[in-house]
Amino acid sequence: MKQQVTITVNGTTHTSEVEPRLLLVHYLRDVLDLTGTHVGCDTSQCGACTIHMNGDAVKSCTVLAVQADGAEITTIEGLAKDGELHPIQEGFWEMHGLQCGFCTPGMIMTSVNLLKNNPHPTEAEIRHGLEGNLCRCTGYQNIVKAIQYAADKMNAGPAAAGDD
Amino acid sequence: MVASSPFGSSIKRREDPRLITGAGHYTDDVRLPGMLYMAIVRSPHAHARIVNIDTSAAKAMPGVVAIYTGTDLVDMVAPVPCAWQPKNSDIKVPEYRPLAVDTVRYVGDGVAAVVAENRYMAEDAAAAIDVQYDTLPVVVHQLDAMEAGAPQLYDSVPNNVAFHFHLEGGNVDEAFQSADLTFKQRLVNQRLIPNAMETRGAVASYQRGSNELTLWCTTQNPHIVRFLMSLCTNIPETQIRVLSQDIGGGFGSKIAMQAGEMIASVVSKDLLRPIKWIEDRSENYVSTTHGRDHVDDVEVAAMKDGRVVGLKVTAYANMGAYLSTAGPGVPTWLFTVTQSGAYDIRNVASDVYGVLTNTTATDAYRGAGRPEATYLIERVMDLVAKKLNLDPTDVRRKNFIPSDAFPYSIASGAIAYDSGDYDKTLDRALEMIDYAALRKEQEQARAEGRLFGVGFSTYIEVCGLAPSAAAGAMGFGGGLYESAVVRVHPTGKVTVLTGINPQGQGEGTTFAQLLNGELGVPVDDIEIVWGDTDRVPMGWGTYGSRSTAVGGSALVFAARNVRDKMMKIGAHLLEVSPEEVVFDQGNVHVKGAPDRVKSFGEIALAAYTAWNMPEGVTPGLEESYFFDPVSNTFPFGAHVCVVEIDKDSGKADVRRYVAVDDVGNVINPMIVDGQIHGGIAQGLAQAVLETAVYDDNGQLLSGTMMDYAIPKASSFPNYELDRTVTPCPFNPMGLKGVGEAGTIASTPAIMNAIVDALSPLGVEHFDMPASPQRIWQLVHEQKGN
Repeated sequence: MKQQVTITVNGTTHTSEVEPRLLLVHYLRDVLDLTGTHVGCDTSQCGACTIHMNGDAVKSCTVLAVQADGAEITTIEGLAKDGELHPIQEGFWEMHGLQCGFCTPGMIMTSVNLLKNNPHPTEAEIRHGLEGNLCRCTGYQNIVKAIQYAADKMNAGPAAAGDD
Repeated sequence: MVASSPFGSSIKRREDPRLITGAGHYTDDVRLPGMLYMAIVRSPHAHARIVNIDTSAAKAMPGVVAIYTGTDLVDMVAPVPCAWQPKNSDIKVPEYRPLAVDTVRYVGDGVAAVVAENRYMAEDAAAAIDVQYDTLPVVVHQLDAMEAGAPQLYDSVPNNVAFHFHLEGGNVDEAFQSADLTFKQRLVNQRLIPNAMETRGAVASYQRGSNELTLWCTTQNPHIVRFLMSLCTNIPETQIRVLSQDIGGGFGSKIAMQAGEMIASVVSKDLLRPIKWIEDRSENYVSTTHGRDHVDDVEVAAMKDGRVVGLKVTAYANMGAYLSTAGPGVPTWLFTVTQSGAYDIRNVASDVYGVLTNTTATDAYRGAGRPEATYLIERVMDLVAKKLNLDPTDVRRKNFIPSDAFPYSIASGAIAYDSGDYDKTLDRALEMIDYAALRKEQEQARAEGRLFGVGFSTYIEVCGLAPSAAAGAMGFGGGLYESAVVRVHPTGKVTVLTGINPQGQGEGTTFAQLLNGELGVPVDDIEIVWGDTDRVPMGWGTYGSRSTAVGGSALVFAARNVRDKMMKIGAHLLEVSPEEVVFDQGNVHVKGAPDRVKSFGEIALAAYTAWNMPEGVTPGLEESYFFDPVSNTFPFGAHVCVVEIDKDSGKADVRRYVAVDDVGNVINPMIVDGQIHGGIAQGLAQAVLETAVYDDNGQLLSGTMMDYAIPKASSFPNYELDRTVTPCPFNPMGLKGVGEAGTIASTPAIMNAIVDALSPLGVEHFDMPASPQRIWQLVHEQKGN
């Protein structure tokens, strides 16, 4: 009944036997013990479980672990490189883009994707781009500022040119 | 690195590095060896007798360890407690069993608990339990529930009225007789669902050898959980450790005792295995408390010049199917004492009926009673202005309590406001919005046939919930002081233990700033500890915007006692008397001779080696302080909302939102602004988005995030903020509190703006939520007329 999957998460490849119905978010949290990815709803509204799968932001509560077989996954734990925060993480810290922190991992993963697809977003585009992520604490104002901070930093940085 | 920075600086939060890297530790992140998972079977009916529960199929399923019904739990755990039974009422508290015995009374009432090796197995088995119900008549609305012949929830509560509460001051009848204008208005404050992003849940682990229960749970008040859990389970308080650290939002919905926490605890004791229970979101919508749900009939007496001389309020509060832990305190004391708002109204009478219905219980939700009161009085101010054809700001100014009248005792004498200068915040808000130009713009818009409105809210709130004597007088089953321990270690690092329990409000940062201000210790050398009843001596928790005003003050007093001891030790080491030294940024030096100095670290080490202590001074460097203020605090402010309504879609678009708040002295402006932002969004959302909807059978129709409209990033624009500073005179740092201000203020501000926008169509009032559909209907009904 169980099925074998091989999934690369934050650069490490894991092979596991999973039930076909196991959600990717439960695979990450309960099998790999990566608890930074949160579950905030059961209807794919809140976005707290957002991760990157093959470079796209997806809600890991809406993907089965078996569907991620062979995939490259990045979770919030894998975003900072060599101890250096991603500009989005830095932006959330600098701009007070979080309070309780529960929505934050998903919010950050969505924001990274948002800037990847649109490096120069307007405020309205940022707000629209966050439609799939809910925050109950901040009123979103400082989340928007956090993303603007990161956009400015990434656009000014040496890697900006030609970065996809 | 986090900069070392004192009171008043926007330093970055020390909480954030772990939270932005996925290293937070919430209840669902707790994993213990041998842990089992619990799922709760919940009633699909709003009112029914339980005829039979067949667990045989479920018991035979793989991984199932145990199943409990309500009857099984009767001898294991006491009913869920109601800990706020208001004085001035005839309250009757019906028995609320963690799992229903015989009768279920709302959709979501627990019926059975299934324990299995993993969550999937537990959910599978829960679905296989066959419960037979005999359905009973259902009543959902509080006014229906009070009618003769309505379905009765409990034999012990005639007419479903659990309590009637009365508070009065002045001579209301006389005021109404002498008034130029009297009118009545019904105001409905709809039911809301708190929706903290982290649902409730618990991990309970009972150790047989030590007879100790360790309970991780997502609560705003771990010591209250320990105390009540001890009473309900007969596990001595000495043997219960409650842990509650990273909490994914609370908003009042994590104050009450949750049946699930209680069941997990006694099941762990029964099975001698750790038990995890985490609500899924659909479960959270029915099993965790809701907020608000009032019908308020208000009668107003006013003079021609706009002065309000009398106020009579009859409120019908829907308490749900049972009385939650603090539920009855919300529509009684917390609601009635803020009813006259920022205004000098000397004749006020309030009657509150707490009514039981076949719905989820209501309890605190951000603001708790004060948003209901503020909505009421701020709508009243606009109605008075409308009826007398006066400017709403003039009516407010005419009624403001003057700044030289503080401390100001309200009509009933129940509480006294600490300090305020209400004109000042309104002046600043009008300046920021350019009021004269705005009204001209509105005139122009109206001439073009556009629906353009301006709304005000010049709110006050009761914060810094305390003092304990008041809590006792109001029937709250506990104290409202706060504790702090300041422990300086031999290396000069400092641990602070605090009884508050934040859910994102940032006290891990602001309390370090407070301590830095008192002792000069670098912020990076300070650890702030909360959420562990084995480490923190005592605490009442974080709600009622009390953490900083009460808990922060306790910390300041404890720090000052540490400083005094350090001065004694420092003086002794410097071979002078304590009167001859000064404490300067952590160092102690001889007055006028800064080079004759002992550093913070030297004194800390000397206190612990104790080789050379002054006479009568004991070794060690640790002080504990329990602070019980003499008064609450009363933040205030002026919010202005500008809306334009799209006639075709009915959507009320917020064009501008200006908020000028006075929360006393501010420790960290960035954090205070963040609290205001989030609060405003939550209050606006009540006005235009959110509502809990039940059908006549008691089914919650808005039972998922798909159906219940939580604000999104695109819902509202940026808010324009400013502050005035009127310190609270009753705590050492002049702090008032900010957690609820935005929510309390913004709901009436936008509703007043929407009604103002619709007033050319003859609209004087309508009830929330002002959804596009509702506004569209109004626009088209009026056109039809």
